[in-house]
Amino acid sequence: MNRATSRVVQYTLLVGGALIMLAPLWWMFVVSLQTPERAAAAVGGTGGVALWPASPQWMNYPQALREMGSVQWQGFLNAFANSIVVTTLVVIGTVLSSSLVGFAFARIRFRGSRALFIIMLGTMMLPGQVTLIPLFILFRHLGWIDSLLPLIVPAFFGNAFFIFMYRQFIAQIPESLVEAAKVDGHSLVAIWWKIILPLCKPVTAICAVFTFIYVWNDFMGPLVYLHSDEQATLAVALNSFRNQYGGLEDVHLLMAASLVTMVPCIVLFVAAQRQFIEGLARGGVKG
Amino acid sequence: MATVHLRAVSKSYASGASGTTRAVESVDLAIADGEFVVLVGPSGCGKSTTLRMIAGLEDVSGGTISIGECVVNDVAPKDRDIAMVFQNYALYPHLNVRQNLSFGLERRRAFKSCWRGLFDSAYRSKRAGERAAITARVEAAARTLGIEQLLHRQPRELSGGQRQRVAVGRALVRDPAVFLFDEPLSNLDALLRTEMRTELRILHRRLRATMVYVTHDQEEAMSLADRIVVMKDGVVQQVGSPAEIYGRPSNRFVAGFIGTPPMNMIDGTITLDADSTLTFRSACCTLTLPPGRFDLDGLSRGHERPVTLGIRPERLSPAVGESNVSAHANVTGRVVAVERYGASADVVLSASGIRLIARASQECTTQIREGENATMTVDVNAAHLFDSHTGCALARAIRAPNR
Repeated sequence: MNRATSRVVQYTLLVGGALIMLAPLWWMFVVSLQTPERAAAAVGGTGGVALWPASPQWMNYPQALREMGSVQWQGFLNAFANSIVVTTLVVIGTVLSSSLVGFAFARIRFRGSRALFIIMLGTMMLPGQVTLIPLFILFRHLGWIDSLLPLIVPAFFGNAFFIFMYRQFIAQIPESLVEAAKVDGHSLVAIWWKIILPLCKPVTAICAVFTFIYVWNDFMGPLVYLHSDEQATLAVALNSFRNQYGGLEDVHLLMAASLVTMVPCIVLFVAAQRQFIEGLARGGVKG
Repeated sequence: MATVHLRAVSKSYASGASGTTRAVESVDLAIADGEFVVLVGPSGCGKSTTLRMIAGLEDVSGGTISIGECVVNDVAPKDRDIAMVFQNYALYPHLNVRQNLSFGLERRRAFKSCWRGLFDSAYRSKRAGERAAITARVEAAARTLGIEQLLHRQPRELSGGQRQRVAVGRALVRDPAVFLFDEPLSNLDALLRTEMRTELRILHRRLRATMVYVTHDQEEAMSLADRIVVMKDGVVQQVGSPAEIYGRPSNRFVAGFIGTPPMNMIDGTITLDADSTLTFRSACCTLTLPPGRFDLDGLSRGHERPVTLGIRPERLSPAVGESNVSAHANVTGRVVAVERYGASADVVLSASGIRLIARASQECTTQIREGENATMTVDVNAAHLFDSHTGCALARAIRAPNR
C-alpha cells in the first residue's frame, strides 16, 4: 500500500470514528432547536432523524435557562454558582492534597509507608456506591446534609488515583533536588510548594482537568447530599426538566440546558489540551 | 569557617530480612578550620555516605559529628550552616540562574510575610533592604565565578561547565561554615574537569573556607587536597597530605590506589643475610635493599619472610638490552608495550610472568622497541615493602593513620 492510499485509509477511519462519536451530540443540538412537538416526536422515535430542524427555535436556549429550577432564572444562576464553587474548590483541594501525599510517599522514608501505600491503592478498588451509605450517615452526624460541604471537604483528603500519579511522577524527580533544597534551608512543606509543585505541572494539568470534568458532571453526589433547590448543582438542576413521574416533558429545553452545561468542560479541554495530552502520554510512559 | 570533627562515626543499613550492612565503620577525623580535605576511594567505600552524614542527609548510626563546637548528629541540614554541591548539580529546573542562586537566601520569606508586607510599611522597607542585600550577594558570587551574563538563563540552556559553576555559586552565596562537594566534577569532560579543578583550588585559597570533597578520582584528590583521606569498605585506610599518601602509603591498597599508572607490586620473600644485607627475592628479580628503611622486627638472620615489594613506575629506569650496571637492582624482561604521551612514555615489561610498568621521559625510551628485551633499573631507595598477609607497609616510623 503506498503512502497516499494509507493516508486515505487513515483519514477515513478517523473521520468515521469522529462522526460516530459526534452523532449523539449533533442529535442533541438538533433536538434542542426543535419545537416542543417535534422534539417529543424525535425522542419518542416517531419523528425520524433530522439533520437540521425545519425552523430552528433559538429562543429555546434562554427559555431553558429561565425555566431551570423552580424560580425563573434564579434556579439556573444558583446552580451555576454552586457548580463553580464546588468544582473550583474540589480541583484545588484534590491537587493540593494529592500532590502533598504523593510527595510524602515518593520522597519521605517512614515506617509503614509501603503498607500505607498499598492500603491507599486498595481503596481504589472500592466502588463509590459501597461507601455511599456509610458516608451519608457520617455527614448526617456532622450536620452537613443539604450543604455543599460533603461534596467539597473530601477532596482535601486526597484522591487515591491522583496520589498514585503524583507519586510516580515525583519519584522521577532527582532526589538531589530535594536534598539541595533541604541543605539550602527549606522545610519539607516549602520544598513541596516551591519545587515539587512547579515541577509537577503535567500531572497537575491532568489531575485538574479530570477532576473538573468529573465533578462538573457528577450527578450522584449532589443528588444524594443536596435536597433544596438553592443548593443544587447544574447536573442536578437539569433534572428539574423531568416531571414528577420521571417522564420527559420539555425535552427540547432539557437538551438546550444540557448543551449549555457542557460548554465549560469543552472550553477547558480545548484550553488545556496540550498540557493534558502531554501529561497523559508522560503518565502512560512513566506511570 | 569552622572545624569538623568526626568521632567513631559509623553507618549501617538494615539489609534484607535480618542483619545490617555497615557502610562506614568508626571513622575518626578532625578537619581543621579552612582545610581542604578530600575523601577518596573506590565506589562503595563509604566516602559519599560519610559526606552525607556530615550534611545531615543520612542519619548517623554511631559516634558523633561536630561542626564548630556543636554536635550536629540531630541537627537538621538547614541548621548546620553547610552548603553542598551535588554530582548532578541539582539545579532547580524551573528557576533561572539568579533564582537558583538566591533560593537558599530567601528561606525566611514565609507565606505570612506576604500578608504582613501589605499593611506594615516598616516591614516592607526592611524586606526591600533584605532583597537588595540578596541581589548584591548573588551578583558578587556570579562575578567570582564569571557567570554574570548567565543570570537570566534557565538551567537547561546552560552547558555542563556552566551548570557546575552555578551549582558552586549556589553554595558560595550562602557563605557557609563548611562546603561539601559530592563528586562535583565527575559529570564534566576531561578538559573541563582539569580547568574546574584549578578554579576550585583558587577559590579555596581565596575563601580560606573549610571544604570537604568526595571523589573517586585519585588525581583530583592529589591535586586539590590539603589532606587526603583514603577509604575502602567503609574504613579509613590512611589520612595525610598528598605527599605523605604518595610517598609513604600505609598499606598495599593505598599504594595501589594512589598514583597513575599504579605502583608495581612484586610478590616475593625478604631475607636478612649473614652480612646484614637485606635481599628481596622473587621470580623475576633479586634486589638488594638498603638497610634501616624497613620495619622488619622479628626477622632473624637467615630466615625468610613473605612480602610484597612496591615500586612506583617513575622509579624504574628502562634501558635497551640486558644491561649489567648492578645486577642487584635490575629486572630484565620483554617489552610488551610502549605507550608514548609526548613528554613521557610508559614502558610495560613482562619478566617471568610479572608485568611491570615504568614511566620515563621520551628521550630515555626512544631506543626501546616492543617485542625486544629490556632491563629496568630499580631505585631500591624508593622501594616499599608490604606484609604479604595484612598488606600493611613495613616502613619505619610511619605516621599513625589518624591525627
